Amino acid sequence: MVVRRRSQRGHRFTESPVLQLALQGWRSRSVGLLLMGAFLALVGRGFYLQVINNDFLQEKGDSRYRRDIEVSASRGKITDRNGDMLAVSTLMKSVWAIPGDARAMPVEQKRQLATLLDMTPKELDNKIASDKTFVYVKRQVPPETADRIAALKLPGVHQEKEYRRYYPTGDMTAHIVGFTGVDDKGLEGVELAFQGSLLGHTGSRSVIKDRRGQIVEDVGALKPPMDGKDVRLALDSKIQYLAYSHLKAAIEKNNAKAGGAIVIDSRTGEILALANWPTYNPNNRQHLSGAQLRNRAITDTFEPGSVMKPFTAALALERGKVRFDTVINCAPGRLTIGSATISDAHPHGALTVAQVIQKSSNVGTVKMALAFPPKEMWEMFDSVGFGQAPNLGFPGEVNGRLRPWKNWRPIEQATMSYGHGISISLVQLARAYTVFARDGELVPLSLVRLDETPVRGIRIFSPQTTREVRAMLEMAVQPEGTAPKARVPGYRVGGKTGTAYKVEGGVYAKKYVASFVGLAPISEPRLVVAVMIDEPTGGAHYGGDVAGPAFSQIMGGALRTMGIVPDAPIQVAEAAAGKGRL
Amino acid sequence: MVRFNMILLLIVVVCALGVVTSQHRGRKLFQDLEGEQERARQLDVEYGQLQLEMSTWATHPRIEKIARERLRMVSPDALGRVLPPPAAAPVVKKAVR
Repeated sequence: MVVRRRSQRGHRFTESPVLQLALQGWRSRSVGLLLMGAFLALVGRGFYLQVINNDFLQEKGDSRYRRDIEVSASRGKITDRNGDMLAVSTLMKSVWAIPGDARAMPVEQKRQLATLLDMTPKELDNKIASDKTFVYVKRQVPPETADRIAALKLPGVHQEKEYRRYYPTGDMTAHIVGFTGVDDKGLEGVELAFQGSLLGHTGSRSVIKDRRGQIVEDVGALKPPMDGKDVRLALDSKIQYLAYSHLKAAIEKNNAKAGGAIVIDSRTGEILALANWPTYNPNNRQHLSGAQLRNRAITDTFEPGSVMKPFTAALALERGKVRFDTVINCAPGRLTIGSATISDAHPHGALTVAQVIQKSSNVGTVKMALAFPPKEMWEMFDSVGFGQAPNLGFPGEVNGRLRPWKNWRPIEQATMSYGHGISISLVQLARAYTVFARDGELVPLSLVRLDETPVRGIRIFSPQTTREVRAMLEMAVQPEGTAPKARVPGYRVGGKTGTAYKVEGGVYAKKYVASFVGLAPISEPRLVVAVMIDEPTGGAHYGGDVAGPAFSQIMGGALRTMGIVPDAPIQVAEAAAGKGRL
Repeated sequence: MVRFNMILLLIVVVCALGVVTSQHRGRKLFQDLEGEQERARQLDVEYGQLQLEMSTWATHPRIEKIARERLRMVSPDALGRVLPPPAAAPVVKKAVR
């Protein structure tokens, strides 16, 4: 440091000696530059944080007051065709805990919580003894209970919204509606088949919350929740109830193992009712067995027996091999093909084609069937939908078994003509009968209500053929036929019985499947009803005696429910028989 | 010049207060809206529960049981049934189609 020489003339007040000290120019400049540089660095950093890379700070800021919240969406309802509820979701709460925090709860509060949740304090302790950071204490808690728990303000105990599915119609519609698991996942039936459209999609919104946790403003993008779409089934809950209760009654009366019933509107192919027994209560599924869960009408196949005969007869009529009144000699009630013998339950003499169906003669049917090459018969069975799944979109649909015609032996072709050696499901059977109800057209079946009518089908037989087959079916329910018990007072009905031996381990056992499929009113068919009773052991085992009465009750009730005008005069005796029916 | 600046300052202050008040009122209204929406959701839940309750009361087995046991009703025999004349029939058909 250089000190300027002090003035020789002594001290002057106008100048300070300190100010006499002068820095060298480069030093002051370099300090100035340094400070300026630091300032520029600050400005640069500020510019970088605020303008160029501002996301980080923005995010930090947002996280102080901005919250993303989930907006829950509910699962769609399932209703019947008239809008009656079959499955509804209602709001429930799940109570969850952070075990670390919840363990700090005083004993008294623990006891209160356990009581509200219907648990023992020990169970509660076990739940929160876990070393996880999240445990469900209890799921599906009713909202009232949940509110009372919230009012206790327990440490570490939280709640979350969830939905529970209820099935007001319970066991009656259990198989068709199905059920969901705890996370809204369809596990069976329509709940599974329509999972995609029933499922709701939760939305989200981001909001600004104030200190008290209240939402003060919506910010950012909103993702609206999408509620699941409602599904309106073709089912008519009243007809479903009729089908279910009469099926159940028939099974109890005949001491049978299982059964199924289905009602189809032949104009549209809509399934108006589909009932199975045994069934289960979908609202309480604690002790379920596979037998209860099975939707037999769709997932089980059986050898149908004589209900197949009308198809053989229709093919014979269609190809011009026989006429309605062609006489076939069925005596002596036995027919030997190769090494096997086919026999009738009751031997008949000479019968017309119509009488073969009316009295259900195996021999007569076989004689008609053997007039065709196997290929033609296979093609007919295939065209009415045997051997292929009915395409309802229902889980577990089966194809049934229809072997390729190339390796049919004559005896197989013969037995197939009366429904043995071929296996189908009840749905396939009922659908095939819509051909006779619709003047020879086959329509696709529908589980959901269809609004555009009429539905177009695929032509299988000519209207003339089906009219003749309908006349035969009507004869089968006359007193001379196999199923007089299937008649419905006031309506002309027609149908065919089936009594088939069950196959167990590859051989026919002395167990039966009794069935009846029919349509009404004959003058202008509208409904097809199929009833199947598995292993009746109550004395009777013929289709006409076991499944016939149930058919009559279901068909009669369904016709009246739909307001279909009677097409037959009512006999006084019949009227008395119909008394007391629903 | 100074006076003009003072006037501008005053206007700015008034505007700022206006912004604050309207923001506050906006938030109040928003909270009301939020409350009403919450109420709508609550009512929706309640509606669902009531629908469920109604369909539980209206199940067919229950109706039949009451009709038969409590009210002693019987279905009429076939002779006692009168169906609407065909002219009225289409209405019925439409309802069930």
